[in-house]
Amino acid sequence: MELMGIEPDRLHFSWISSAESTKFVKVVKEVTEKVKAIGPNNHFIKDTAKVA
Amino acid sequence: MVGYTEKIKEIASRLLKECTVDMVIGFRKGTMPMMNEPCFATTPEAIDTLVWDSNCGINLANYLTNRKEKVAVIAKGCDSRNIVTHIIENKIKRDQVYIVGVPCTGMIDKRKITGMVAGEILGVSETENTIKVQTADAETLFDKAEVLQQNCALCIHRNPVIHDEMVADAVQEQTDVDRYADIRKIEEMDSEDKWRFFDDLLSPCIRCYACRNACPLCYCPTCFVDEAKPQWVGKGQDPVDVRTFHFLRAYHCAGRCTDCGACERACPVGINMRLLTRKLEKDCQEQFGWEAGLSLDQRPALDVYQANDPGAFIK
Ligand code: SF4
Ligand code: SF4
Ligand code: SF4
Repeated sequence: MELMGIEPDRLHFSWISSAESTKFVKVVKEVTEKVKAIGPNNHFIKDTAKVA
Repeated sequence: MVGYTEKIKEIASRLLKECTVDMVIGFRKGTMPMMNEPCFATTPEAIDTLVWDSNCGINLANYLTNRKEKVAVIAKGCDSRNIVTHIIENKIKRDQVYIVGVPCTGMIDKRKITGMVAGEILGVSETENTIKVQTADAETLFDKAEVLQQNCALCIHRNPVIHDEMVADAVQEQTDVDRYADIRKIEEMDSEDKWRFFDDLLSPCIRCYACRNACPLCYCPTCFVDEAKPQWVGKGQDPVDVRTFHFLRAYHCAGRCTDCGACERACPVGINMRLLTRKLEKDCQEQFGWEAGLSLDQRPALDVYQANDPGAFIK
């Protein structure tokens, strides 16, 4: 993903057990902050369909 | 590789005559220079058309998938690694294929050669180290090394890793090859440049799927791009969809790709999609010490768990 130009902070991996609620909250907060910091990803917006 | 043709014919006709196999899969001359095509020989006449030269870049492992009969296949280094992968993935049984190994000195890049001479190419002939290209008004002699396909110039497994019989003695393997110089260059770019680089690289893609069809790994009965329910990815040439196709195809080949170059060779618009598969090859090599298709006894990197698998990216 990174090689193709997706910013490293946009993609996160985590292993959270269903019992680890505090960890879940912490990770969600971190991810949200990091993604907000890089801003919206405009690369995946499609223009309206082009008809040849 | 000069002289392999006769030996291949000899082996093929013996295998058919003795009923060791029902069919021999090899190459015959195509209708245009530098375009050898697969040949499925079951008769002495068909065996007569078999050839071997530096235009056999198609990967014949592609034609073994789910075969029921007993077949012999002529296999270069890379083909043999794809055959190993096929056997591991239960696409063919080991005792069903008779592997005629070809020690390989590389295949030539037809696109590069076409770009290096003026006018239509009428004929191409070769010796061990040179390639002679004939056009209407000129004859040009190239060093074979200078017109190799990039994957062959970088190849470190030219001798088949598995075989029942060899066509000739093993060739010298290339050492001191830096396989990933171009990948490292991309890795050094920042995210914006990377995005632009792949936009440019993939922009000519017409979604013809020749790359997928030429690849022995791409044997899914229905490829994810052809699914309609659900439709995973748009079917047009929108850059987002083109990128999604290439990105996912590369991932489906992760830890399996042998860098045989059949995909790039098949592409009508000359896209080097191997940059994606080679990045994954590089990662497999660096993180798991894995190279695809070298042995029947080893499970693929993405198929096993090891306590020392890198996991730092999981938070
Ligand atoms: S990748 Fe290696 S084995 Fe395959 S055709 Fe090229 S040189 Fe031969
Ligand atoms: S992805 Fe390309 S180089 Fe890799 S095995 Fe398939 S055809 Fe060969
Ligand atoms: S062969 Fe080339 S044009 Fe066709 S789908 Fe593959 S990359 Fe695109």
